[in-house]
Amino acid sequence: MSVLIDKSTKLVVQGLTGREGTFHAKQAAAYGTNVVGGVTPGKGGTTHEGWPVFDTVALAVEATGANASVIFVPPPFAADAVMEATDAGLDLVVCITEGIPTLDMMKAFTFMKGRKTRLIGPNCPGIITAGQAKAGIIPGHICAPGRVGIVSKSGTLTYEAIHQLTGLGLGETTCIGIGGDPLIGTTFIDALRLFQDDPATEAVVMIGEIGGSAEEEAAEFIRHGFTKPVVSFIAGQTAPPGRRMGHAGAIIAGGKGTAAEKMAALSAAGVSVVKSPADIGTAMAEALA
Amino acid sequence: MKIHEYQAKQILARHGVATPRGEVATTPAQAGDIARRLGTPVVVVKAQIHAGGRGKGGGVKVARSPEEAERLAGQILGMQLVTHQTGPQGQKVGRVLVEEGLQMNKELYLGLVIDRSAGCPVMMASSEGGVEIEKVAAETPHLIKKAYIDPATGMIPFQARQLAFGIGIAPALVNKAAKLMLGIYEAFEATDASLVEINPLVTTADGNVLALDAKMNFDDNALARHPDLRDLRDLAEEDPLEIEASRHSLNYIRLDGNIGCMVNGAGLAMSTMDIIKLAGGEPANFLDVGGGANAEQIRNAFKILMSDANVKAVLINIFGGILRCDVLAEGVIAAVKDLHVEVPIVVRMEGTNVERGKQLLHESGLKFTTADSMGEAAEKVVTLAG
Repeated sequence: MSVLIDKSTKLVVQGLTGREGTFHAKQAAAYGTNVVGGVTPGKGGTTHEGWPVFDTVALAVEATGANASVIFVPPPFAADAVMEATDAGLDLVVCITEGIPTLDMMKAFTFMKGRKTRLIGPNCPGIITAGQAKAGIIPGHICAPGRVGIVSKSGTLTYEAIHQLTGLGLGETTCIGIGGDPLIGTTFIDALRLFQDDPATEAVVMIGEIGGSAEEEAAEFIRHGFTKPVVSFIAGQTAPPGRRMGHAGAIIAGGKGTAAEKMAALSAAGVSVVKSPADIGTAMAEALA
Repeated sequence: MKIHEYQAKQILARHGVATPRGEVATTPAQAGDIARRLGTPVVVVKAQIHAGGRGKGGGVKVARSPEEAERLAGQILGMQLVTHQTGPQGQKVGRVLVEEGLQMNKELYLGLVIDRSAGCPVMMASSEGGVEIEKVAAETPHLIKKAYIDPATGMIPFQARQLAFGIGIAPALVNKAAKLMLGIYEAFEATDASLVEINPLVTTADGNVLALDAKMNFDDNALARHPDLRDLRDLAEEDPLEIEASRHSLNYIRLDGNIGCMVNGAGLAMSTMDIIKLAGGEPANFLDVGGGANAEQIRNAFKILMSDANVKAVLINIFGGILRCDVLAEGVIAAVKDLHVEVPIVVRMEGTNVERGKQLLHESGLKFTTADSMGEAAEKVVTLAG
């Protein structure tokens, strides 16, 4: 079992013919993902690395029955790509692109209201179900099918957590990189809801960072009825206020969004909060012991 | 990106927001001339730096004659202005804004930001202007009124009127206040702003509503479509090493410690700082070399790290997903040889081709310290930094 993506997912790659799109489509296929084709406007009717290319997402869906897409499209065109995928009725859209203007994403979210499509990202490493399928850039070889779900705002820090869980023999169900932008599609709470309902996920690693209040909102959600153990790490405990720490959303503004506040809220909700990212795996082993 | 008050006022004025008359000066003589042209009995001389708290730091002065304006501008221009936002070293003042003095009745607050949870812009207004809004939010949150704006419709006039009435603006002035609010939203949308703050917004004895102060920040991700805004960047406000880093698409923020960090990924870079601190050390910087870093990027990163004289040791923490550890190791070895880096370097890498990477470091003849986990790496680098 898993959430959001598995062997049955039919994945279309928006921006397949670009360098990143090509590389990661091949990686995903090699991992076992059912990549059914790509979308590049103007290149419809051609094939790329053996995959059919379509001019629009709608045409790709019609021809292949795709139900999910992953977006490797440059920032000025990425919000457009998200809306196109939504309009085509996909269940899941994963947007890897970093650097999309916030107002563009805001328009995309307005467009998506009332439609069924779930967006993951943007500015995220994507999603992987260990041993089954992936959409995005999380390296497959560090994952091992197992017991723990991961939800994280960070990319490489997620890999770090996966590596520790795999090393300890705990393994993962599904790892969701929700992204480091101020406005994102799938939130911590959305991911926790999915993990709550997934029988294979016995516990969850939640990796947050400074900025905003999504971690505090997640803490509130956990306190009111999330029943599985949660281990959490918050990056940016030593970040200076008022500075944007790489991710567009990672900023302590007006004294709000500090790691200390988030860690306190999560601890109060019964989450096992580790101060060091090196302790994520061992804390999870204890929680599951 | 941040800009100066006078630049923000110019942008807002183009969208119909009323601001006091004024001009910017870089010399005391210019300040005197501006005061003469304004012709008001009182003018205000305001230091233009990006940090807030300028008034308390002595960067805002009232002058009762053009001569006094010139004299005060002479004091302010060139000073190291220290505020609660600049740090103890302060920020050098290169320009002053000289503005007409106004007969104020009320000081109010207006702010416009993106609300992350609601996923839309929110305009906040308060009757408590001229003080820090964080303080109002903490102590008297009921005095902050909010309007959530649907990006599809933009701000609707009734929302502006609701806010204006809500913060006790006199009925005769409500339309003027609403026009100002709608102008602020229009400017926000037109420039891809991430923040507009008017603190204080004032009503005057002669029946006007004006933005007495103005702060605007912009979404860095949208600057590509606003070449005119890019020209407003003031490099004097930024750390020279951070400017150099941005030229190489490196995400670098200078800090006060002595352990240089080179990491791939923003989250891992932040947590590397955290783990150094946990081990008893102090990071010298935040540095994200990005997911697809190559040898050239690593060389650039080393150059910037080593330009900070405080750096006594370096921690390289890389999780190779896409970036292969052997490629990283080659880049590090080349950079260390080329740049004659002499401080101790601790390398912790994990992921794709890690064994080959470690072997390359070992065979290089250079003195790298390696570590298998983040915790071990942090302890080693703290010891080496002394």
